[in-house]
Amino acid sequence: MKTREFATVIHQKEIATGINSLLLYAEKIAKEAVPGQFVSIYCKDGSRILPRPISICESEKKVGLLRLVYRTAGKGTEELSRLSSGDQAELVGPLGNGFPLIDKKAFLIGGGIGIPPMVQLLKELKGEVQIIAGYKDELFLTEELNRRGKLYIATEDGSAGTKGNVLDAIRENDLTAEVIYACGPKPMLKAIQAYAQENNIECYISLEERMACGIGACLSCVCETKETDAHTRVNKKRICKDGPVFLSTEVEL
Amino acid sequence: MNTKVTLAGVELKNPVMTASGTFGSGAEYSEFYDLGALGAVVTKGVANTPWPGNPTPRIAETASGMLNAIGLQNPGMDVLIERDLPFLKKFDTKIVVNVCGKTTEDYCQVVERLSAEPVDFLEINVSCPNVKEGGIAFGQNPKALEAITREVKKYAKQPVIMKLSPNVTDISEMARAAECAGADIISLINTITGMKIDIHKRTFALANKTGGMSGPAVKPVAVRMVYQAAHAVKIPVIGMGGICTGEDAMEFILAGATAVSVGTANFRNPYAAKEVAEGIEDYMKKYQVEDIRSLIGAVE
Ligand SMILES: Cc1cc2nc3c(=O)[nH]c(=O)nc-3n(C[C@H](O)[C@H](O)[C@H](O)COP(=O)(O)OP(=O)(O)OC[C@H]3O[C@@H](n4cnc5c(N)ncnc54)[C@H](O)[C@@H]3O)c2cc1C
Ligand SMILES: Cc1cc2nc3c(=O)[nH]c(=O)nc-3n(C[C@H](O)[C@H](O)[C@H](O)COP(=O)(O)O)c2cc1C
Ligand code: FES
Repeated sequence: MKTREFATVIHQKEIATGINSLLLYAEKIAKEAVPGQFVSIYCKDGSRILPRPISICESEKKVGLLRLVYRTAGKGTEELSRLSSGDQAELVGPLGNGFPLIDKKAFLIGGGIGIPPMVQLLKELKGEVQIIAGYKDELFLTEELNRRGKLYIATEDGSAGTKGNVLDAIRENDLTAEVIYACGPKPMLKAIQAYAQENNIECYISLEERMACGIGACLSCVCETKETDAHTRVNKKRICKDGPVFLSTEVEL
Repeated sequence: MNTKVTLAGVELKNPVMTASGTFGSGAEYSEFYDLGALGAVVTKGVANTPWPGNPTPRIAETASGMLNAIGLQNPGMDVLIERDLPFLKKFDTKIVVNVCGKTTEDYCQVVERLSAEPVDFLEINVSCPNVKEGGIAFGQNPKALEAITREVKKYAKQPVIMKLSPNVTDISEMARAAECAGADIISLINTITGMKIDIHKRTFALANKTGGMSGPAVKPVAVRMVYQAAHAVKIPVIGMGGICTGEDAMEFILAGATAVSVGTANFRNPYAAKEVAEGIEDYMKKYQVEDIRSLIGAVE
């Protein structure tokens, strides 16, 4: 069940240039959250009326903690980055469907700011896991991603791991999987969608779009689907409600 | 204390409704509160067949507002009747179905189909700025507005609300055209045509290039237009545009609106519409207003 919650900031820290980790006490949302879901965060500045969707990086049901890791991309996230211990943040969540937990040999692929949701997913998957994280240059969340399974890194500038993208890292290390989970920029997701198709691998990708309601009411955030959707009766699904996670074979990127 | 208002003989428990397109058919928001807290729920615009809408990005944030170009994506009237109306019937609130179309025949087909359904009002959207055909083509010319109003009235079994566009030179003339052609109620404002340019990508923020502006930034324009429309006609007016609080709603009521709709504010706060209804009661208590109807158009 999604709820509105006034969360308390436990602490906030910059973990890489322009990338912040925000730890919140948000009991109700943490209790319900599954990996791959997101929250809507509202701005205090009244001139910014739309919620900012941010993925849940980690949630600890027992202690009611929620961790978000985000990039300062514009004015809203800049406002967020100024929150400090004891401040309040207005959230609605958990939103969206989340990743299905399949205990097969898996790839967890994160590209840039698509990496955070892989942290909670890694904690909850039971099968053999290989994590492939793609960065521009500066690394973050590598400690969390190294807790289980094996972590492979790709950097655009070659400063760490494979020089290139996540698929280059997969090829360079001769990796194979039976299920793929991916979140990241659209070109990366497109390449993974094609890779999964070629190799006939079950693949789940997490999509992004501009959102207004965040709960499925306004049809701002649709993506194209191959089949007619049961809810919308056209070839479109709502990313905020039916996603953000989709089977790679059901959507057109 | 009385918060009830009457629109074309139908009584609403309070003057607060939702604005079409911002509230789906209520299902999503019913996870937050009982829709029975509202005077009425207004559905997303529905056509005779499913419409795919515009490409994304469909929305952009602007200072204290937003632009949208959803393009009237909707699942068509059959789904509305089979799925959404039975759901809404479970709540103690009135149901307004917002209707869109490309041709006069499209509108009439939906209106006729809804005549036997449990719908309290029909709201005819002749003011959507985001689709090429239909919509606004009917809403920017008083003659075209009169003609479609007359046609729709022939088929309608429920009271008809004509939803007016603010993208006109003289809103009074449009309001009178709707009244003269037999509209039972008018509602306004729909969104104001706008544009946003992404200077970093050097492209339009919306795939549709232009979009409709809504939210708190449009409120003064909306209050002015509601005031002018209410003075131009005798039929009741439903006011909307940027309402976020009970105090915002009171501005519209004092300007002449019998009821109000809450739209974009639902995105900032899923409880917005309910809180507007509560805010109106708070205002009434504060100023010891016995009957909300005594304040409709009280500022001359
Ligand atoms: C399901 C989902 C999960 C996300 N998870 C994360 C995450 O874990 N970490 C992270 O750093 N970012 C994440 N994003 C992207 C994040 O929402 C945007 O970076 C953020 O909204 C930017 O807000 P702003 O005010 O700083 O930027 P501005 O550009 O000033 O924002 C203007 C408007 O555009 C919207 N917007 C801008 N960029 C995006 C975008 N990429 N996606 C959707 N809306 C956008 C904003 O919400 C706002 O309404 C996610 C997006 C989605 C849809
Ligand atoms: C995302 C979105 C979708 C909308 N869809 C419709 C629609 O389908 N039919 C309609 O008549 N008006 C539609 N509108 C207009 C609203 O009902 C309302 O007239 C307008 O947004 C002004 O009110 P607000 O500022 O409170 O949102 C839409 C507005 C938004 C923001
Ligand atoms: S943001 Fe409103 S439907 Fe997804």
